[in-house]
Amino acid sequence: MTLATLFFYLFSAVMLASAVMVISSRNPVHSVLFLILAFFNAAGLFILLGAEFLAMILVVVYVGAVAVLFLFVVMMLDIDFAELRQGMLNYLPVGATIGLILMVELVLVVAGWSISPDLLKTVTSPAPSVTDMTNTEALGRILYTKYIYYFQAAGLILLVSMIGAIVLTLRHKPNVKRQNVSDQVARGPATAIEIRDVKPGQGI
Amino acid sequence: MPELLKEYLPVAIFMAVAAGIGLALMASAIIIAMRKPDPEKLSAYECGFAPFDDARMKFDIRFYLVSILFIIFDLEVAFLFPWAISLGDIGVYGFWSMIIFLAILTIGFIYEWRKGALEWD
Repeated sequence: MTLATLFFYLFSAVMLASAVMVISSRNPVHSVLFLILAFFNAAGLFILLGAEFLAMILVVVYVGAVAVLFLFVVMMLDIDFAELRQGMLNYLPVGATIGLILMVELVLVVAGWSISPDLLKTVTSPAPSVTDMTNTEALGRILYTKYIYYFQAAGLILLVSMIGAIVLTLRHKPNVKRQNVSDQVARGPATAIEIRDVKPGQGI
Repeated sequence: MPELLKEYLPVAIFMAVAAGIGLALMASAIIIAMRKPDPEKLSAYECGFAPFDDARMKFDIRFYLVSILFIIFDLEVAFLFPWAISLGDIGVYGFWSMIIFLAILTIGFIYEWRKGALEWD
């Protein structure tokens, strides 16, 4: 058990340190790489909690896909960060005001927090132990039946993001010839060739 | 749950050994290797020429579109795993729940296909 505690502190420490590096690193590409390190450590924490499926999904989806997307965005923006920092003093009052308002809101939320009395029931009936069923199976038993509306809402959100990404970014170049299989298959002798009777001594 | 964590101990040991070997190689290069820094060693060699501009250049936005579409179908497949494991317990209701989910995403897939988002040009 002490080994698990040791690993918990190791993962937490590395995750917090890399999270700080994400926002303090000067090079945005380094920020994204530190973000990936933070994701890996979060996956380690999930494994310590026994949530294997979430840990693997975190690695596959966040590290494999979202972080790569962030790298694309960082590269695509092509921002000169040294130039951005020059105007920092001008924007400092506005930024500080917004930060202060956000801070006050956070304090109000945390101060006004009340723990639901139903929470005790959740704690007293935790996820089934791994000896009974795997974490993935425990998820599958409730996700598709008990939480069906959230599940379908997730599907709709994915649909909206897919269509949104296509609408926003898809620009076909004009005058590009594409292969059209049905046109090729439908092409026959009647449409493709023409037989002419050429008289001797005359052109077509 | 020590049984579960015991199964992951080899992974942790593997990562520790890998990090140890990596650090040892880097440290030995720093400590043992001979060092004679010279600007000529870093310059482009004979037929090479100095780069014209920054290596960081703008990406085509189509890479971004391909990446987003990949993430969406990645998530769709991720949802299939718990469903496949627990299909015997959740019965017909759970089965059709997933079929509706897949149908919603298939609408997006058909849209994507018809718009030609999967073609490069």
